[in-house]
Amino acid sequence: MVGDFDLAEEVVQDSLVAALEKWPEQGIPDKPGAWLMTTARRRAIDILRRDKRYREKLELLEHSDLRPDPEEADDRLRLLFTCCHPALSQEAQVALTLRAVVGFTTAEIARAFLVEEATVAQRIVRAKRKIVEAKIPYRVPEGSEVAGRLDGVLSVLYLMFNEGYLSRGAEVSIRRDLADDAIWLTRLVASLMPDQPEVLGLLALMKLNLARFKARFDASGEMVLLPDQDRRLWDRRAITEGLELLERAGAMRATGPYQLQAAIAALHSEAASWNETDWHQIVVLYDALVALSDSPVVRLNRAVALSYFAGPEAALGEVNDLAMSLAGYHLFHSTRAELLDRVGEPALAREARLRALELCQNPAERTLLERRLAT
Amino acid sequence: MKYVLMFADTVENQESWEKMTEAARVAAYGQVMQWFEEHSKAGRLVGGEELKGPSSSTTVRIKNGKAVVTDGPFVESKEVIGGFAIVDVKDIDEALAMAKTWPGGGDGRIVEIRPVIEQHANG
Repeated sequence: MVGDFDLAEEVVQDSLVAALEKWPEQGIPDKPGAWLMTTARRRAIDILRRDKRYREKLELLEHSDLRPDPEEADDRLRLLFTCCHPALSQEAQVALTLRAVVGFTTAEIARAFLVEEATVAQRIVRAKRKIVEAKIPYRVPEGSEVAGRLDGVLSVLYLMFNEGYLSRGAEVSIRRDLADDAIWLTRLVASLMPDQPEVLGLLALMKLNLARFKARFDASGEMVLLPDQDRRLWDRRAITEGLELLERAGAMRATGPYQLQAAIAALHSEAASWNETDWHQIVVLYDALVALSDSPVVRLNRAVALSYFAGPEAALGEVNDLAMSLAGYHLFHSTRAELLDRVGEPALAREARLRALELCQNPAERTLLERRLAT
Repeated sequence: MKYVLMFADTVENQESWEKMTEAARVAAYGQVMQWFEEHSKAGRLVGGEELKGPSSSTTVRIKNGKAVVTDGPFVESKEVIGGFAIVDVKDIDEALAMAKTWPGGGDGRIVEIRPVIEQHANG
């Protein structure tokens, strides 16, 4: 019973080591992608990178046939759902998933999330203890449980992706890996649960966001926001892939928050410029998102779209309504500042920007705010 | 695997419960009885009790070698424990399924699930 979880994790790591030892003699398998689905991909890629013989094979891995052996696939899914069990705190879910399913070391997890390594280690130890003490089972949920449990898994995956994509700290390389691994894992879940449109929706959302990666920072390393991004730098192939995924999800006729967010991202991706964006449609999508999965942040984002569709005054009213719930959120204040500028209230805008600066930790975002304050 | 399910509810709901008409209480109890019956039949229920209201509670705190007795429940909180069930099920997912459908209480009621330390046979 304790065996189930720890054993699964060990098996994943051991099979990787064992197989890699065999590759030199037996040769690299025909479908290395499929094989890597059954082992800790991250460790594999690390090891492969270090060895010249395997580097070329790495190219194949990205696009090779990813349909895994059904039995091994089940094991992987079991592990993922167990790591993301709601009886564990979300921090524990993230750490456990990265450790056991993706193959991050505790040091790497600590660097990715800007916490102490000892903290991560403790989180993982406690989570494993809870799994044993409370008897969290090692299984894939079935029937009516699936929707809720899948939600939890997707939540963790999206958190991982954002942590990587938004690159809050100094180590951009590990952040980029985190985003890539989140996409890989989501793709795995999509291949193992092909009748779940929200998984495809999340995958589409990740692809569409990642497509903008090169345009997010300029040559001097400063952050460039969406309105100012050079759209020629967007990865068109990733956008096409994202759009295809969204279409596949849509064909299943069961919308959800990730599909809606992906649809919003798609509208941005399809617009030739900020000014040519279909703001009306984006507002409509946000209305649907509010109906399904309301939150102050969703309302804030909706207000931004509304400002371009119906004008900044209308949006400002809605944003001010969110003051209490979002008082501690730096993006609330910076959004409010932008709107105040647009309605011709520069002094109030400056105040809001200063408040945003007090609350903002991201160095790239701070630079942006400071620059705006200087003008 | 044994768990204790502790049922708690907000102080307001508890007070509403105590002020209920006979008819309303019978109806509410009916749902609770149904829940107990269903899970008893399935062999999941090992025991359980409903507790009298928090005004009947007395708390003992043992500190610095002294035992201090006070009136009322031990936690000064907006929620009170109303009862518990001892269940014997395969794993926490089964316990969660039971807890999620617990009907005994108002909107905002709580169920805490705590695993029981199995007593080892002596000798």
